[in-house]
Amino acid sequence: MSALSIQNLSKTYAGGVEALKDVSLTVEEGDFFALLGPNGAGKSTMIGIISSLVNASSGSVKVFGTDISTHRSAAMRMIGLVPQEANFNQFEKPLEIVVNQAGYYGIARAQAYERAEDLLNRLNLWEKRNVLSRTLSGGMKRRLMIARSMMHQPRLLILDEPTAGVDIEIRRSVWKYIESINTDGTTVILTTHYLEEAEQLCRNIAIIDQGAIVRNTTVKSLLTEIDIETFVLDSVQELNACPEIQGVTTRLRDDGSIEIDLPRGQLLNSVFDDLQRAGIEIRSMRNKSNRLEELFVRMIDHNTQSSANDQRSAATVSLTPTGGVK
Amino acid sequence: MSHPNWIGLKTIVTKEINRILRIWIQTIVPPAITMTLYFIIFGNLIGSRIGQMGGHNYMEFIVPGLIMMSVITNSYGNMVSSFFGAKFGKHIEEILVSPLPNTIILIGYVTGSVVRGLMVGAVVLLISLFFTDLTITHVGVTLSVVVLTAIVFSMAGMINAIFAQKFDDISIIPTFVLTPLTYLGGVFYSIGLLPEFWQNVSLANPIVYMVSTFRYGILGTSDVSLTVAFSVIVLFVIVLGSICLLLLHRGVGLRS
Repeated sequence: MSALSIQNLSKTYAGGVEALKDVSLTVEEGDFFALLGPNGAGKSTMIGIISSLVNASSGSVKVFGTDISTHRSAAMRMIGLVPQEANFNQFEKPLEIVVNQAGYYGIARAQAYERAEDLLNRLNLWEKRNVLSRTLSGGMKRRLMIARSMMHQPRLLILDEPTAGVDIEIRRSVWKYIESINTDGTTVILTTHYLEEAEQLCRNIAIIDQGAIVRNTTVKSLLTEIDIETFVLDSVQELNACPEIQGVTTRLRDDGSIEIDLPRGQLLNSVFDDLQRAGIEIRSMRNKSNRLEELFVRMIDHNTQSSANDQRSAATVSLTPTGGVK
Repeated sequence: MSHPNWIGLKTIVTKEINRILRIWIQTIVPPAITMTLYFIIFGNLIGSRIGQMGGHNYMEFIVPGLIMMSVITNSYGNMVSSFFGAKFGKHIEEILVSPLPNTIILIGYVTGSVVRGLMVGAVVLLISLFFTDLTITHVGVTLSVVVLTAIVFSMAGMINAIFAQKFDDISIIPTFVLTPLTYLGGVFYSIGLLPEFWQNVSLANPIVYMVSTFRYGILGTSDVSLTVAFSVIVLFVIVLGSICLLLLHRGVGLRS
C-alpha cells in the first residue's frame, strides 16, 4: 500500500504565487523518502497540504488510502509532522508539550506520560523535561519537535529540514533515531538541504523545483547519472605544477593538493598509475563535494536555464506583431 | 469517558486553565484591583450620595453590573489573547495538525475562557462582600446568564483573534466596541432613568439584557423581560458559534 499518494496537486496562494503545479507523487509504505528542492520550490507547501495546514487549490492527497479532505481526522492520526521552525509554546515545559500533543490525538494522560518518558529519554531530553522550552538550545528544540511528532506513533513521519542549523553530533544522533523508527516500520519523508543526509538515509528521492517534480527515482539510480566526479588528492610532496593524467582534467589546488575530474567509466587505478609515474605520492583522497549535491545543483541549474529560455521565447512571441515566432 | 475527542477536549481545557493560573498576576489580580476601586469610589464614596437606584442602594445596584463587566471583559480578553497568542507563536499548529474536529477546538477554547470569566466574577463577588450584604435571589437565572454571557464573549473573542494579524488588532474591538457597550449597558445605572428614546436605543445593546438579567438573578429586579433577554443571548451564542465554526472550517487566518 502507498503511504502517501498525491494526485494532480496544485496550490496558488491568494497573492497569485503558484507554489505547486499539478504535482503527482507516490511514497510506498516503509520507505525513507527524500524531498529535495531549492528554497521556494514548493516543498513546505506540499508538506503543509499533507498535514492540513495549507488548503490545496486542486488535487487529492491520500495517506494510507485515506483521503485527507474527506476523512481528515482519520488521516491526521497517521501523520507526524516535524516542521522547519519551532512551533511550540516557548513558555511551556517539554514534558507538558509532548503530553498535551498526545492528548490532542486522544491518548490518555497516563499512557502519554509513559510515552513521553521513553521518547524524551531516547532523544536525550529527559533531563530538560521541566525547564521552560524557550531556554532549550536549537538542537534540543528540534529533538523536542521530533519527540512531539512521535507521541501518537504515526505511520508516516514528515520531517521538514529536521537538522538545519544543528551541530554534526546532534545531526548524527537525530539521523540514528530516525533510521531506527524507519527500521521499526514508520514511513519517513524528509526534506533537507544537507544532501549528504539524503544520500545516507534515503532510498527514494523526488526533486522539486518551481512547483513541479523534476525527478522521482531511487537515490541509487540517481547517483549512477553522475558523469563526472571531482576528487581532491593530497600529495606527500610539494607540488609546483599540475601533473598530466590521460583522459582526466586536473587542477592544482595549492602546493599540496590537486583536483581531478574523473569521467564515469574511467578507473581511479589509471589515475594513480599516472601519478606514480610522475613521482607523486598520494596521502589521502576525498570527494570535493557530496555526489548528490553535485547532481542536484546541475539539475536545478539546468531547470532554471530551461525555464529562463522558455520565458525568453514567450517574450519573443508576444513581441512579434504578426504573432509569428522570430 | 475515554473517547479520543473527549481526551482532546480535556487537554485543551486543562492547558487553558493552567495558562490562566500560571499567569494569575495578569489574569486574576488586575480585575480584582480595578473592581475594588470601583466599589470604593462609585459604590462607597459617590454611591452614598446617589441614594436609591432601581429600588436598591447604589452599592447593591452596581455589584451585579460590575461582576458582569468583569466576566465580559475577561472571557473576551482570555480568548483573544490565548488564541491569538497561539496563532502568533504558531503553536496553534499543534492543534490544527491533530485529528481534533473544529467543534472540539471551539468548545475547548470557549470553556477555558468561560472558566476565566467565572473565576474573575467569583473573585469580584467575594470582594463585593466586604462592601455590602448580598443574597442571590434566583440562583438558576444568575448562573445560566453568567455562563451564557461568558460563552458569547468568548466566541466574539475567537472571531477577533482569527482575523487579527498583529497585537494592535486584538485591542481595537475591546477599546472601541466592548468598553463603550459595557459602560452603556446598565452597569452603573438603570436604563429606566433614560429618556424614552435612549431607552429604546439601549435595547439594541445586547449587554443591557445580560446585565439586567444577571441583576434580576441577584437582586430580583430587571429592566428587561427575561424571555426576551434569554432569547437574545441564546441567539448570539448560536450566531457567533456558527461564525466561529465556519471560520475554523475554512481555515481563515489559520490555514493558508
